[in-house]
Amino acid sequence: MKEKSVLEMRGICKSFPGVRALHDVDFTLCEGEIHALMGENGAGKSTLIKVLTGVYEKDEGEIFLKGLDKAAVIRSPQDAQKLGISTVYQEITLCPNLSVAENMYIGRDEQKGVSWKKMNANADKILQTLDIPAKANRQLSNYSIAIQQMVAIARAVDMECKVLILDEPTSSLDEQEVEKLFGLMRDLRAKGVGIIFVTHFLDQVYEVCDKITVLRDGGLVGEYEIADLPRVKLVAKMLGKELDDMSDIKTDTIAYSGDDADTKIFEAEGLQSNAGIKPFDFYIRKGEVNGFTGLLGSGRSECVRAIFGADHVIGGSVKKNGKTIKIKKPIDAMKQGIAYLPEDRKVDGIIGDLSVRDNIILAQQVLKGFLHPYSKAEAQKIAEEYIKMIEIKTASADTPIKSLSGGNQQKVILARWLLTHPEYLILDEPTRGIDVGTKIEIQKLVLKLASEGMSVTFISSETDEMIRTCSRLIVMRDRRVVGELGSDELTQNKIMSTIAGGDNNGK
Amino acid sequence: MENKNKSIRAFFSGLVKQQVFIPLAALLILALFNLIMDPSFFKITLGQNSVGDPVLNGYLITILDYGSELAILAIGMTLVTAASGGQDISVGATIAIAGSVILRMLCGGQTTTDTYQTPLIVAFLVAVLASMVAGAFNGALVAYFRIQPMIATLILFTAGRSIAAWVNNNELPIVNVDSFGYFGGYIPGVPIPTPFFIAVICVVVIALVMKFTNLRLYTQAVGINESASRLNGLNPEFIKFISFVILGVCVAVVGLIKVSRLSTINYSVVAKDIEMDAILAVALGGNALGGGKFNIWASILGAYVIQFLTTTLYKLEVQSDALPAYKAVVVIVLVVLSAPIVREKLASISKKMKTKEVA
Repeated sequence: MKEKSVLEMRGICKSFPGVRALHDVDFTLCEGEIHALMGENGAGKSTLIKVLTGVYEKDEGEIFLKGLDKAAVIRSPQDAQKLGISTVYQEITLCPNLSVAENMYIGRDEQKGVSWKKMNANADKILQTLDIPAKANRQLSNYSIAIQQMVAIARAVDMECKVLILDEPTSSLDEQEVEKLFGLMRDLRAKGVGIIFVTHFLDQVYEVCDKITVLRDGGLVGEYEIADLPRVKLVAKMLGKELDDMSDIKTDTIAYSGDDADTKIFEAEGLQSNAGIKPFDFYIRKGEVNGFTGLLGSGRSECVRAIFGADHVIGGSVKKNGKTIKIKKPIDAMKQGIAYLPEDRKVDGIIGDLSVRDNIILAQQVLKGFLHPYSKAEAQKIAEEYIKMIEIKTASADTPIKSLSGGNQQKVILARWLLTHPEYLILDEPTRGIDVGTKIEIQKLVLKLASEGMSVTFISSETDEMIRTCSRLIVMRDRRVVGELGSDELTQNKIMSTIAGGDNNGK
Repeated sequence: MENKNKSIRAFFSGLVKQQVFIPLAALLILALFNLIMDPSFFKITLGQNSVGDPVLNGYLITILDYGSELAILAIGMTLVTAASGGQDISVGATIAIAGSVILRMLCGGQTTTDTYQTPLIVAFLVAVLASMVAGAFNGALVAYFRIQPMIATLILFTAGRSIAAWVNNNELPIVNVDSFGYFGGYIPGVPIPTPFFIAVICVVVIALVMKFTNLRLYTQAVGINESASRLNGLNPEFIKFISFVILGVCVAVVGLIKVSRLSTINYSVVAKDIEMDAILAVALGGNALGGGKFNIWASILGAYVIQFLTTTLYKLEVQSDALPAYKAVVVIVLVVLSAPIVREKLASISKKMKTKEVA
């Protein structure tokens, strides 16, 4: 072990049935540093954290901790806690109906039989030294999420933790609260605690961190000093695209060329929902394919959810074909000819126990109305037509949708919305978690629909898919729209630098 | 010969997969049990009732009579279960309210009457309205305030019978009009108990509703995946709400049958524990009590099977106080058998046996 390091993970491997989540990953954390762990969804960040905290057992590799002469054995979160590894999660894992002091001492067996008075006094002392504005004897739920999180950190500090893991701690905090949290983090750094900071906010990484370790697809990309890794490069590393790999793969597509190609099908002004995005403006033309891009959690899904009325809209106005309309619920949007394929297929898309047939007709059936059901024969005919048209692989139209593969489930949901013959189709991550062949089929279908005059908003985590399909990209960062790229600017390079924002040197 | 065997086997394995298999199998077991214990269980005789009209007598007729009450409730309870993933335990108490309202309307505030003070149809419609309001109360708590159905309906379960007593100022009004007795008894000249015909009407109505509306699709979609249903333009809250209101209508119908049987009411006893039988009918019908897909016909069949069980137990001279204990045994068997873990195990065993057969 190096002299200054408090934690070294060497050659960590972890597999789940059918997935290699981590492969030969090294990670080193030094005393008194804030170390960002970065990577896109599925890169292996949380698996690594869970191996470290004993939630998962590693398949291979060793973990060394300062003060131990041999590799540490971490089989449970309790083991990790005893070894001085503490975690504060995004969602509060404390008990809101207990007092602050109780929360700080609960579940720590060395505290048996301590008097309440003493416990409160101790807690107050720690809170004071860390400058946390909370009183030990008050109920935790009286305080904001930020302070609750700080209490969780205080608890960790009191347990003499050497390694503090902060897993997305800032996602539900406002700016001032984030500042307070950063202040506390800096204090702890000065006291020699090693902090692992997991976040998807790039600005925050550059504000507090000293080092960055990047993971991608379960492998280690590298460890970098913050000064050596400008934002653009960080984004490139996370997405796995080198800067000079800018081969523009936009295929020649026959763009829609009707007379009305310039009319704006849908416009939004200052649209804002309760999902935490900043008000944004947006429009789409007839036969256009545009997209929202940005890192995970940048607010791209929230934007389209606001358009469709899936989240509660709290401000702004929308126009359809130039006429002001009101969209409060999904049905309002559907009646306006807007369709939305949601990001989370399982939670928001499929009706698992129902047949492929019922899943296909659902949206159109709702539009037709309660009193006008399709007859069984009609429904069967429609289902078979769409199964054939977009090649859904299913035993029959009667098969429950949950027994289909992910790609075919997605096609069923796509069929559901195509059946409504929308003017404006929103596809949020339509290609996530499905095989390459189906991905390309879906992209082709999108281009075909657009050339026939449908307007499509396409969201994907894979930038090359966006470049292939979209003629215009709206770029998002930290829940606000930060730029727009026209068709001549659609290169990996340009997209990544816009996503990264700031000046390109990171400071 | 072999082919014939195969097709028979295919027919049976197909039947086993059908949802109605569970209540059918239960019915078969009960029938066999009675056949062995005492075949006279199945005897039906034509007799005369006190007024001199021809009526059929026998245990099977009793099952048809009282099972029909349960069948009507099972229709509403199935919808509530499917949409909300919970059950309404207040139906017994709401039946008391509905019955009480009918009596109050018919007697017009007197303790006894020889003529209808209000037309019967008006009295019934007011009762329907009252139990729809009760259903709406339950439904609003469940759908809009997101209270667990069992807890939400606990309120009327507790208060319902007091409300029923309050409707008639704690009197027990008696309706001395012959035609009032038809609903829970016999229509002169027809030897089959009237509740059966009422149940048939209810079944036809719900069959028509399911054919000409999207009630089934919407209810199932909401019960399976509320969030996705919303994104497909449905209003999950309203659908849950309306399922409780529909159950309210079923409750009023049963309320009419109940007060018609006695021509009066006993607030604390009328339709006691009927909610448990109604829920059991839904479960016995093989419907998931956690909501989602449902088969209303299986529930209705389940209702008659439950009554078959009750009548069998009465025949065996089980004290009415002890009945619930015996029913509990059935519930245990049922619940364990329908638990996913057990089903998977059974499926794997049958698979193993099949592969052995082939080998």
